Amino acid sequence: MKKSVKTLNRRDFIRVTALAGGGLVLGFNALLSCSTQADEGKVINLNAFIKIDTDGQVIIMNPNPEIGQGVKTSLPMLVAEELDVDWTDVKVEQAGLDTQQYTRQIAGGSGSIRESWDSFRLAGATARAMLIRAAAAKWAVSEEVCGTEKGAVINTQNGKHIPYGELVVSAASLEVPTDVTVKSPESFKLIGKRVANIDNQAIVTGQHKYGIDTKREGMHYATIIRAPAFGQVLQSMDDRDTKNADGITQVIQFDNKIAIIGRSTWEVFQAAKKVKAEWKDEGVLEDTTGYQEKLKLALSKSPTADAKRKDGNVKQALSGASQLVELSFDAPFLAHNTMEPMNFFAHVQQDRAELHGPIQTPERTRTRIAALLGLPEEKISIMMTRMGGGFGRRLMSDFVEEAALVSKLAGGIPVNVIWSRESDITGGFYRPMYSYRYRAGVDGQRKLVAWHHRSVGVGAAAASADSFPAGAVPHFQVDTEVYETPIPTAPWRAPTHNFIAFSEQSFIDEIAHKTKQDPVAFRLELLEQAKANPVGKVSYNPDRFAIVIKKAAEVSGWGKSKGDSVFQGFAAHFSFETYVAEVAELVKQEDGKLKLKKIYCVADCGTVVNLSGAETQLEGGIIDGIGHAMYAELTLTKGKADQTNFNNYRMIRMSEAPEVEIHFIQNGEKPTGLGEPGLPPAAPALANAVYAATGIRLTSQPFIKSGLFA
Amino acid sequence: MATFSIEVNDEKHEVNVDPQMPLLWVIRDVVGLTGTKYGCGIAQCGACTVHVGNTAVRSCMFPVQSVGEEKITTIEGLSKEGDHPVQEAWKEIDVPQCGYCQSGQIMAAVALLREHPDPSDEEIERTMTNICRCGTYNRIKKAIKQASTRV
Repeated sequence: MKKSVKTLNRRDFIRVTALAGGGLVLGFNALLSCSTQADEGKVINLNAFIKIDTDGQVIIMNPNPEIGQGVKTSLPMLVAEELDVDWTDVKVEQAGLDTQQYTRQIAGGSGSIRESWDSFRLAGATARAMLIRAAAAKWAVSEEVCGTEKGAVINTQNGKHIPYGELVVSAASLEVPTDVTVKSPESFKLIGKRVANIDNQAIVTGQHKYGIDTKREGMHYATIIRAPAFGQVLQSMDDRDTKNADGITQVIQFDNKIAIIGRSTWEVFQAAKKVKAEWKDEGVLEDTTGYQEKLKLALSKSPTADAKRKDGNVKQALSGASQLVELSFDAPFLAHNTMEPMNFFAHVQQDRAELHGPIQTPERTRTRIAALLGLPEEKISIMMTRMGGGFGRRLMSDFVEEAALVSKLAGGIPVNVIWSRESDITGGFYRPMYSYRYRAGVDGQRKLVAWHHRSVGVGAAAASADSFPAGAVPHFQVDTEVYETPIPTAPWRAPTHNFIAFSEQSFIDEIAHKTKQDPVAFRLELLEQAKANPVGKVSYNPDRFAIVIKKAAEVSGWGKSKGDSVFQGFAAHFSFETYVAEVAELVKQEDGKLKLKKIYCVADCGTVVNLSGAETQLEGGIIDGIGHAMYAELTLTKGKADQTNFNNYRMIRMSEAPEVEIHFIQNGEKPTGLGEPGLPPAAPALANAVYAATGIRLTSQPFIKSGLFA
Repeated sequence: MATFSIEVNDEKHEVNVDPQMPLLWVIRDVVGLTGTKYGCGIAQCGACTVHVGNTAVRSCMFPVQSVGEEKITTIEGLSKEGDHPVQEAWKEIDVPQCGYCQSGQIMAAVALLREHPDPSDEEIERTMTNICRCGTYNRIKKAIKQASTRV
């Protein structure tokens, strides 16, 4: 505000100031409150999403956390499309947490595009309407004769144009229109194009600052020592060697942890190894092998809770079926392994706190921090850095709370708390372990008449109620329960879906094979059922689902011979409002070992916003899904993680990644997200290809343990 | 503690550190260049890849005392304008998702292309063992091939 007086004439300044004070509100479906206001220098905020300076530079704000899912590019694209500016002229800035200006500042549930599609476009269209009104007033013509192109208002009658930069001051003083409409899809110039990640230049030159790169005047580094095993408590510590180590400034015991504070990351990591701490077992320290037995036992008993879904009478239908099919599946714990380990910068002072770093849930985190520190929320600022991956781990706020506490307990110093990879893997918040049992009944006409899914999860409910083939089977029941443990679990990319798709799609494949039906035809027939004769709630659109399946069969050459050594497996899954079908193609080598070559993928995510981003999300999700299904597991012995780093927790590498071919269904529907939906069908597609090649049904992960792979 | 004279991206630095301190942390916390990333600390993931002389090195396990007279190049020093053919290819193919591992990937790719200016798929796969959890491997491969026509 202060400097703007120099660049605006007094009259404009007063107008803009008045508006800033008056706080005009744009009613975007009661979703957003935006005020036009002057910003630093000569930059004018047209609304919470758009700043235009008087030289014409357009800055679009990205309010949502960027975790690699591409929203920092795709959300501003929505605004730019409607504002009618050249993408190459747009700068994008990351907004911090600002609940006055924005809603849903969260990265989760593949929801950013889906939830922002209308409101973000409307923000762009509204700003454009105001710029047009300003130009029309200047020219003393009707708004009807004004159009826009590449950041300027055009008079369509005489071809004159005024760049936005020359209109922004007067536009900002106008009343915000409420009758604005957005473009129809035929006139999209940007949406649907291939647009590169907005931060590419900064990333490929090493200039982009992730949370772990945060440095401030007087900042200390810290790392935390946690109990070696879940279920242990700190009894005592001897930090004499640590305190005197080079570069160490403080050692602080708090909660059940020890913080080592010093002047460099390596020095605090080294010093943490020297602390002699005594930990006492509290209760029984548990093993994952023990969990497997306990989960099996739980499955053998009657469900402890009411059915999550119950259509018809499964028990009766199963006993009356002419053929029964049954399979059980087991999922291991998985660590998140974001490439950027957990970290957060905190500077907690008497009356305020600054937090800066990688967090998917800034709003919820601020509430927690406020309670933790006893500060009002408005005294806490949170800036979200571009994250070196999230995958659900950064939905949790434990590492932010730790950083805030360390800063406070260390005397209000600015501190960046950085986890070692070992802490990151062994410190918890895993994808839950699950055990599933499926039983299906098929009638004399090879029709699926009964489906019972019985599941139990360690630390979390294990099943969704409405997943396909729910709605297509007359007798359908889902029973699920939680096995409580002290092991912290958390959402992990495509929560629940990441394993339920594997088990369901494998089981559907099994039923098809056991009843001598083609797996694709069998799925299509079930979708016909769901359409013609829906049972209970049907959460998916059977037509859209079927189109994706048919297209995947077509592009992959499903059912056509590709030679004696090539085998395919099919899977399709609906998650986060997106339909994805995948075909895995593997080769049986001369030595009999299997090598995955390719995944064909067809997705219906409605309108594709950024083609490059959409493709890379699906491809990445597929490779991630294959990688974890093939290689990953986190096991515990006496409460202690057996895997500690990438030497014993195996991550997929380039030589193991399949080729991926992606197709989109173009149907003009509202867009849905892609950060997660590509992942769930990958593992079952591969497992079903393995079955086609060997007759062996993979029911547990990691697949590498089967010994079938090259 | 000992004093070392190291040259990073054509700039000389005197650093007074533990001789065992890995080059990664000297670069990040002492010199203050943060483009080189920490991923695992045990030379498994390659996020910390820099060039020592002409060789790609996983700097998280490379003690500063082993640098000797060799010049160090980090992602920040790969090109003045950020337009090295590998960086250009990375942008054109739109490789990065989260982007965290990409500086290490790029440094590994540049070293690969120095050895094999026209690498086969097998050579790329054998050399490029850096981890990317986002799963950008196929685009990385494509970008390396594209860059190979220009370096």
